[in-house]
Amino acid sequence: MIVDKNTRVVVQGITGYQGRFHTTRMLQYGTKIVAGVTPGKGGREINGIPVFDSVEEAVNETRANASIIFVPAPFCKSSMFEAIDMDLNPVVVITEGIPILDTMKAVAYARSKKIGIVGPNTPGIIVPGKTKIGIMPDHVFKEGNIGIVARSGTLAYEIAATLSINDFGQSSCIGKGGDPITGLNFTEILQLYENDSETKAVVMIGEIGGTEEENASDFIKQMSKSVVAYIAGRTAPPGKRMGHAGAIITGKKGTAENKIKVLTLAGVKVASSPKDIPEFLKEVI
Amino acid sequence: MRLFEYQTKNIFKKYGIKTPNGIAIDSVEEGEFDKFPVVIKSQVLVGGRGKSGGIKFADNEEELKKKVKQLFSAEIKGERVEKILIEEKINIKQELYLGITLDRENRAPLAIVSASGGIDIEEVAIKDPEMIIKRVIAPQEGFWDYEAIKMMKDIALKGKELMESARVLVTLYKIFEDYDAELVEINPFALTENGEFLALDAKLLIDDNSLYRHKEFEKQFEREYNSLELRAKKAGLTYVELDGDIGIIGNGAGLVMATLDMVQLYGGKPANFCDLGGGASRDRVIEGIDTVLSNKRVKGVLVNVLGGITRCDDVAAGLVDYRNTRDRKAPFVVRMIGTNEEKGKKICEDNGIDVIPTMDGAAKKIVECVNRQ
Repeated sequence: MIVDKNTRVVVQGITGYQGRFHTTRMLQYGTKIVAGVTPGKGGREINGIPVFDSVEEAVNETRANASIIFVPAPFCKSSMFEAIDMDLNPVVVITEGIPILDTMKAVAYARSKKIGIVGPNTPGIIVPGKTKIGIMPDHVFKEGNIGIVARSGTLAYEIAATLSINDFGQSSCIGKGGDPITGLNFTEILQLYENDSETKAVVMIGEIGGTEEENASDFIKQMSKSVVAYIAGRTAPPGKRMGHAGAIITGKKGTAENKIKVLTLAGVKVASSPKDIPEFLKEVI
Repeated sequence: MRLFEYQTKNIFKKYGIKTPNGIAIDSVEEGEFDKFPVVIKSQVLVGGRGKSGGIKFADNEEELKKKVKQLFSAEIKGERVEKILIEEKINIKQELYLGITLDRENRAPLAIVSASGGIDIEEVAIKDPEMIIKRVIAPQEGFWDYEAIKMMKDIALKGKELMESARVLVTLYKIFEDYDAELVEINPFALTENGEFLALDAKLLIDDNSLYRHKEFEKQFEREYNSLELRAKKAGLTYVELDGDIGIIGNGAGLVMATLDMVQLYGGKPANFCDLGGGASRDRVIEGIDTVLSNKRVKGVLVNVLGGITRCDDVAAGLVDYRNTRDRKAPFVVRMIGTNEEKGKKICEDNGIDVIPTMDGAAKKIVECVNRQ
């Protein structure tokens, strides 16, 4: 997986409420957090973690190699570029509400340097029992060999909890992010799982808006591992944003109906209730 | 958010894109114009304005007055007309389409042009895809003159017309960037009999996330929501009204969407989407229930919470507080798991509120409960 227990994480925006709170949680989980960054607050310590004014200093002093960002949306573009400039990989962007144009430019820059941005508007990544670079409630996850990729945080937790109860532990869970434009897309994350020796099958959790689920179906056809899917938003009306900035049916594009149709044609079993997913996994493994 | 046509045209003029001579008016008295015939366009945000009677024509002053009056007292697909744009009628030689939109698939802006403008571009895309020329724009590099020229050449423009239309397309991309647009569109982009290009209609959608950079539109943005949606938004909730009778409350967009789907799967009709967001306090829960129950159609409420930062006992306490202090009564079905689950369940059960362990079970239960009434 793109992260493991040796990944050395810098927390950008560590002195804010969210940054501080989740740094504590991640440390409790065993994540190797080595530095924090908040411009103007260099020299302090949070939970024993040194705070720097810049990512450059943090990397030079602590050999951090990945980042998690909690910086407020209006300042986030600069923070993303700063992390990419220092070759941190992946860059996990928790922040919600970043202007699309800012994300688009950061994602293009990251792709030109072959760096993976996870998010924005993501719960992050968890590799159960090893590391958590994110904000998810870790007690619903369990070690195992199912990979999860999801656009929604809470729905991923719901499904992870269902899997854990049914003895399907997870190799990892990656939140793709709920924004219209995100870094790693479904296809790229499925590629990671296809190449991950810890993963036997993948649960893909999509929702209305955009066409990433449809596009991923082309790659799924070539995969050696099985994919089970759930798509949220069958009842969503066109033109209304359902909570996530990216969850909107525009014109005739982005309906749950079409995603389910295309995925089913690609041989993916699409569950109509999260509770059916363990059954589907039993069938395909 | 979507801007009105007259606002977008004002932006166009500032950037050197020509539009027909016209005036935007707020009242019948201002409805004067000296060059006839004219087009009278209601300034509304609903789609299909023309087909719904929102656009009229007049050949003289008397007719203009009459029609302006009519439009000001009309509703176009339920939207009141508060502003009207009067423009001189243009003799058109050819109608084209120019647009820059957000291409989610390529994670980049997309320029689209067509020689066949004036109609729904999505329909053209389906029926005659070869009539449309597209080009993905590299977000960091931007959009260059040569790219626009190539696109306009591909729809058979030549010489002066080629250069002028390409200039407008490049300008449109500048507006797309400057206004953080999700879509900026000229449809129709008219070539007049005098060989001039004019933006006859204008559409600009601004990315909601970027509104802090466009403060001049913040007040107007609030108009896009109905009063309940706006109230919810101010309380940190996301609320979308639907047309069923089962209220839905949960935390997290995906979980709430899935809860709606589950209710429908068991034969119920969701009345709304209501996301409490992360770490909802007791007060936010009360505000959420109050919003959902302000909709008089709601006959029962399903609360589905997955506790992470959100604590189940806070949600339960909010629920009980609401029931004990407000007059509006409706049955509740609750499903909660995660942080402080046991405490939350106990609070509910002590107060006679059903707690169902699974999402499916809870959805079934609320549907039965509402159907019995």
